[in-house]
Amino acid sequence: MTSVDELMDYAEVIERFDPVLGLEVHVELHTNTKMFCGCANLFGGEPNTHVCPTCLGLPGSLPVVNGKAVESAIRIGLALNCEIAEWCRFARKNYFYPDMPKNFQTSQYDEPIAFNGWLDVTLDDGEVVRVEIERAHMEEDTGKSLHVGGATGRIHGAEHSLLDYNRAGVPLIEIVTKPIAGTGERAPEVARAYVTALRDLLKALDVSDVRMDQGSLRCDANVSLMPKGTTEFGTRTETKNVNSLRSVERAVRFEMTRQAAVLAAGGKVVQETRHFDESTGSTSSGRTKETAEDYRYFPEPDLVPIAPSREWVEELRGTLPELPWERRKRIQQEWSLTDAELRDLVNAGAVDLVAATVDAGATPAEARSWWVAYLTKEANARGVELGELGITPAQIARVVALVNSGELTNKLAREVVTGVLAGEGEPEAVVEARGLKVVSDDSALEKAVDEALAAQPDVAAKIRDGKVAAAGAIVGAVMKATKGQADAKKVRDLIIARCS
Amino acid sequence: MSSLIRSTAAELAAKIAGREVSAVEVAQAHLDRIAEVDGAVNAFLHVDTEGALAAAKKVDDDLAAGQAPASPLAGVPLALKDVFATEGVPTTCGSKILEGWVPPYDATVTRRLREAGVVILGKTNMDEFAMGSSTENSAYGPTRNPWDLDRIPGGSGGGSSASLAAFQAPLAIGTDTGGSIRQPGAVTGTVGVKPTYGGVSRYGLVAFSSSLDQGGPCARTVLDAALLHEVIGGHDPLDSTSINAPVPPVVAAAREGANGDLTGVKVGVVTQFSGDGYQAGVLRSFEAAVAQLKQLGAEIVEVSCPSFDYALPAYYLIAPSEASSNLARFDAMRYGLRVGDDSTRSAEEVMSLTREAGFGPEVKRRIMIGTYALSSGYYDAYYGSAQKVRTLITRDFEKAFASVDVLVSPTTPTTAFRIGERANDPIAMYKADLCTIPANLAGTPAMSVPSGLSDEDGLPVGLQIMAPALQEHRMYRVAAAYEAARGTVYQDVPELAVAR
Repeated sequence: MTSVDELMDYAEVIERFDPVLGLEVHVELHTNTKMFCGCANLFGGEPNTHVCPTCLGLPGSLPVVNGKAVESAIRIGLALNCEIAEWCRFARKNYFYPDMPKNFQTSQYDEPIAFNGWLDVTLDDGEVVRVEIERAHMEEDTGKSLHVGGATGRIHGAEHSLLDYNRAGVPLIEIVTKPIAGTGERAPEVARAYVTALRDLLKALDVSDVRMDQGSLRCDANVSLMPKGTTEFGTRTETKNVNSLRSVERAVRFEMTRQAAVLAAGGKVVQETRHFDESTGSTSSGRTKETAEDYRYFPEPDLVPIAPSREWVEELRGTLPELPWERRKRIQQEWSLTDAELRDLVNAGAVDLVAATVDAGATPAEARSWWVAYLTKEANARGVELGELGITPAQIARVVALVNSGELTNKLAREVVTGVLAGEGEPEAVVEARGLKVVSDDSALEKAVDEALAAQPDVAAKIRDGKVAAAGAIVGAVMKATKGQADAKKVRDLIIARCS
Repeated sequence: MSSLIRSTAAELAAKIAGREVSAVEVAQAHLDRIAEVDGAVNAFLHVDTEGALAAAKKVDDDLAAGQAPASPLAGVPLALKDVFATEGVPTTCGSKILEGWVPPYDATVTRRLREAGVVILGKTNMDEFAMGSSTENSAYGPTRNPWDLDRIPGGSGGGSSASLAAFQAPLAIGTDTGGSIRQPGAVTGTVGVKPTYGGVSRYGLVAFSSSLDQGGPCARTVLDAALLHEVIGGHDPLDSTSINAPVPPVVAAAREGANGDLTGVKVGVVTQFSGDGYQAGVLRSFEAAVAQLKQLGAEIVEVSCPSFDYALPAYYLIAPSEASSNLARFDAMRYGLRVGDDSTRSAEEVMSLTREAGFGPEVKRRIMIGTYALSSGYYDAYYGSAQKVRTLITRDFEKAFASVDVLVSPTTPTTAFRIGERANDPIAMYKADLCTIPANLAGTPAMSVPSGLSDEDGLPVGLQIMAPALQEHRMYRVAAAYEAARGTVYQDVPELAVAR
């Protein structure tokens, strides 16, 4: 089924409907071991090498809770301003699927470890939206299915499937928002900003790799619309496979325009799981949830309840790091940034990179000019995150130092950076290999100047007559001859000296 | 008949340790007996001749090398219920769905037995996934009661109890979810103990009902059961529900009890366990047992536990609910039977066909009941109510144990019934566990000790003794005193008509 969805113009959507969001984020914790067994918790690896009877769900095997995962869950809950349960249990979520070894997922149901919190999210223009957190609960990840054959890579139409249980039992925290209403046309942006803020927070807590591309941070976006002026939530869809921050925004926006078109045509939104397609920016129908799946939750009898003492919770509260927004405030003061400058820095996702570059010796202004002004463009052009460009803060700091010492001009420095991005090695190696050192050897320069003057005798005559402005033409010729590796001011001084 | 096979475990251990007889000779005598009579009894699903002789030889070698015995049971043979994982030895749980599965790991109980130098002869027959009271639900044919081969040996651990009564092994391991150790013990004239929930590790015990299952010792004498109890009991970090406390001093209690003095011990007779459905000979045997306890100095009082009347229906909601989830993993994907995988069918169809072919009717019945009881909309009425009954039963026990040291009742309402007699009447079958289920629901320890033969049919009757959690020594003391006074029963089993 490949029918093309009717979409409504976005402005019209906003005129006629109010969107309501619900975001479910799954975070893989980067604990040393899995949630319920001693297997290594590592991304990738030869298939089915990080497995044991417990995470394979072999008959007779039993789970034991990873204390470090509980600790991480509590810290996440505290950072999200949640209440921490005094007593809670795991539950079994029963459904059959080949990549789930026990055919039930050990999760939490009506007794989450953390609940009733909030996260303040700053939008691009500085507006702050408070997103309320329903709950954060612990669970285990499933294995991975690789569907071979068939056009879509999904289970339907596949010839056979391969199963890798390395991921089975990896600790997950699922963070669920309360319905986010009243954000109007900014709903897609709020969704992206929320996931961004959450990612930054989790990174600061050092509980997860938070790599959306590797699936250690996964977002399911629930979207519904209600006609303007009404207050009853509409039927929602849940969009999965949203693998980047940008996709979060696009997926929400797409669903809003699609649902609006359905509703405007007198149709009904089908409650279903939808699949986001990165290449088209559209969503397509997955499992229909019309007959709500009955997971037959019940308390996991193989695990004893978790009752974190208040002392422990307070101790963990004491381990919370400086939260990203607090840090930003401090940085703004220390670096004397305007609100707009800070916003640019944050929106570029460059706070950590700039700070590290400053730590490596550059000034905040120098570091920002590289990361925010220049490298952000490069990252956008390549469609990658700033941090994945392939250049480190230390390398940028060294390039800055080379400019300050006069060994590179700004133009040459950009070429060095281009070389580093192209994988040509350290900045010094690029300078060497590309022969980018500023030509400061006077005799070589004098020779180039003399040749240029000789080539344009009429211009030389004008300069000798005191028409100094005419020197520009000779400077251009010298720069061309030295392939831009000369300092233009120095060349100009030399020309004037030669002609006087 | 070799005298070795009629010896108690304690006697054999002493002779082996004193090098009067080798462990290999003892193992061989029992293997010979199995070869001789198991065609008629069908107690074993798998006899591990090679493994048993190798384990026995290791015991002999260690002793010859001057090492102290690994445990008070070193070299003694044992029959292991086929519900415990045994590395390299098939484990079927009496089900077709696990036919051919060879676990890659040992259950904790298995490991402790091996480390204690206990010689595992093989795996014993059982009702499929421990669901039943007669061992007729085994996919590999029923086990027969050595007292009368036309009768059931109890269940689900009929293979273990029959192997003791038939002198195929002096020790056995069972599991007790609703009476599966005690009821087989009662109807075969042997001793069976269900420890406190959490007293013996469940790691590697293929789960039927996780919150009720408990492994425990089976033997022909109280002291032998106590010796085995101390080998397998104790904390296991691989089982979250395992109690982190020392094993109660049951061997000392059995030795003390054998002096025959119960002065100062208060024994409560549960008034709920008599009347309709109880065989007259069983009640007479029970009354005689109570009179005997009084003679030994015990004080006898009547105790009412009104909630026990609801134990059976509550059990038949909780156990199937947990089973429906525990048995979901048998899906043909990773191990065991696979039906219909002809490359035209989906994984879902193969799962369905395999479960259809692989599970027997009683297992399917319980999966259906459990799935229904956990369904949304029915959960509160069924599973939820059953859990409330469970709390009430626990309170009845607490109240009773506030005034008495142990409680007593018949173990099972009737003597061994005929094979086939109740096969088509599940309710009649379930009633065999009427007296044993409350202790499972409360997690408290209970045991069955032979109380002679019923005067009307000459078949063994069991006396059930129940104690508070972790007070197993109380019931062992009473059982040993009673056994010393009235004598054991096992020696009176008729010679098996082997030619059958």
